[in-house]
Amino acid sequence: MGLILFEFCLTFYFASMIIGITELFKGSKTTSRLLIILAGVGFALHTISIVYRYVTAGHIPITNPHEATSFFAWCIVFLFFLLQFRYKIMLLSSFIMPIVFSLMLVSSMLSRVMKPLSPVLQSYWLGIHAVFAFLGNAAFALAFGIGLMYLVQEHYVKSKHHGGLFGRLPSLQTLDEINYRLITIGFPLLTLAIITGMLWAESAWGSYWNWDPRETWSLITWFIYAIVLHARLIAGWRGRRAALLSIVGFFTIIIAFFGIKLLQKGLHVFL
Amino acid sequence: MKVLVAGLNHKIADVDVREKLAFTGSKLEEGLLRFTELPEVDEAIILSTCNRVELYANVSETEKASESIKTFLSEFHNINKDSLDNALYFYHDIQAVEHVFKVASSLDSMIVGEPQILGQLKDAFDLALSKKTTGFLLNKLMKKAISTAKRVRTETRIAENAVSISFSAVELAKKIFTDLSKKVCMLLGAGEMAELAAKHLISNGVREVLVANRTFERACSLAEEFHGIPVKFEEFLQEMVRADIVICSTGAPSYILMKSQMQKVMKERKQRQVFIIDISVPRNIDPEINDLENVYLYNVDDLQGVVASNLFERQKEAEKAEKIIAEELETFVKWQASLDSVPTIKALREKAEEIKKEEIDKLFHKLSGIGEKEREAIEYMATALVNKLIHPPTAALKEDSENRDLLVAAVRKLYGIDGEKNGE
Repeated sequence: MGLILFEFCLTFYFASMIIGITELFKGSKTTSRLLIILAGVGFALHTISIVYRYVTAGHIPITNPHEATSFFAWCIVFLFFLLQFRYKIMLLSSFIMPIVFSLMLVSSMLSRVMKPLSPVLQSYWLGIHAVFAFLGNAAFALAFGIGLMYLVQEHYVKSKHHGGLFGRLPSLQTLDEINYRLITIGFPLLTLAIITGMLWAESAWGSYWNWDPRETWSLITWFIYAIVLHARLIAGWRGRRAALLSIVGFFTIIIAFFGIKLLQKGLHVFL
Repeated sequence: MKVLVAGLNHKIADVDVREKLAFTGSKLEEGLLRFTELPEVDEAIILSTCNRVELYANVSETEKASESIKTFLSEFHNINKDSLDNALYFYHDIQAVEHVFKVASSLDSMIVGEPQILGQLKDAFDLALSKKTTGFLLNKLMKKAISTAKRVRTETRIAENAVSISFSAVELAKKIFTDLSKKVCMLLGAGEMAELAAKHLISNGVREVLVANRTFERACSLAEEFHGIPVKFEEFLQEMVRADIVICSTGAPSYILMKSQMQKVMKERKQRQVFIIDISVPRNIDPEINDLENVYLYNVDDLQGVVASNLFERQKEAEKAEKIIAEELETFVKWQASLDSVPTIKALREKAEEIKKEEIDKLFHKLSGIGEKEREAIEYMATALVNKLIHPPTAALKEDSENRDLLVAAVRKLYGIDGEKNGE
């Protein structure tokens, strides 16, 4: 059952990604509507599959890499819909759905076996810490997509060659402001995730900070976004610079998330 | 019963010819009424805009009608008739319908895709309707032309993208800023194009206009015109910190704004985006300013380039529009053909036979006990009734009378066999 839900969800995300990519070349109202519907069905299935897993496992399903990646993707789609309804940004899905689908594809290839929870994870900190972390990272993932859109649009305006997407992409200021807003949402969430993580570490291992690779990378990510916000307010680093930084920031998140997993032997082994 | 178009447009006639033939003000109504009174003309519409004067008519004989329209135009406008010989175009039948569709869809306009022409055509049609100078042919033609134009508008992107420099500036501003109503525009110097761009920006919501000019008096009068604020020319750099859009068009022989100056302005603005339009020739703003972050500098050639590529896009869309027009033309031609007497007689006969069959079936269903002989008698009577009833209209339609068009239309209406809804 959970397996079927997940596979169907993957299919719907795939379909909406394909439409999203074709929209970069030629789009119409019908295709954008279809895309939203497909993504919406995918999201509904995704939600059900997560709830289903929660009920079967008896705890929030983010305790192995498969679950965590899938939950990350879910958070991105969740914020994507919020953003889409608030701003109605054309072509946003073309930039976001590929990220969502890639995450889901990675998730589908990881082991889905449910193992009994290790004692460390049997804590109420698990849910709080993970939800903060993933929602924060999802906001940064959207900021990454918006940042890419900014760079494309800026290239058109600056070079004076108005390519195919020029007419459909939002204005530079709109993209820049959304980027800023997303980071102002993501940053406090990331901060809370780090703080709750520290409290949890203290209660589990007796020390707040252990310099395990994930902790280190999270701190790097935190500093990057702190710079984005600070430089914007103090030195007026907006537009292109903010877009570039939000792209760099997202790469550190991806490294923190997957890269470390490949060579890690740290405390976060369960993820 | 044929559509005839006589007229001239910007492509074949210069403005001095067009203005002589234009029906302006009260002349339009008077002209329309006199045009309708021509014996060769059954229905009439006059479309008169600054780029074209066109007369649409329903005529029986195109040659004679063309000649009489020429006479009418020369008399009405007091022009030598011979001089009209090469000045006008005449289209009839399919070509005429196609031309009207193209005009309505703005494919024949000076700027392809401009939206005014459809409104002008509607006005011309409304006037004709109120003066009752049209009948079923031109009414159908106009309705079809309007619906075709709407199809072209919604199914192609022919009216998208600005095709004038001042509008393209507004369009660009909208791609840089979210909301123009929160933006401040600065006009440096003056000039027709710069003022036009400023006007378009204001009508698109720009909140405030600052006007700087070498002569402060001129700045004041321009500021008054735009409900803006005059600025001393020596102080424009300080004021520029507030400006989000700068339109520059001074007569200065060299750059009045250098990169290093702009850098300072940007620092004070906290790097908020600036859109600078340098319309002046020679250029007044150091082109290297475009390399600064969050500064977008466009000069006249850049804007012209945008306009040219937009025009090219419209041309491509015009090809799609041609296909739509071809489709609509086909349905119109079919409708018109159905107005001939032969298909009308056929349709009438079919309709009658259909009714007869239905009624006989119903009756036989009720009277199940009757024999073969009675059946035949009933059928015979029904056939006789039908034949007798449709004989007079059929005969009238076959007769080669002057009013045949009218009869065809009447028969179709009275018997409910309207061209397009045939069979419904």
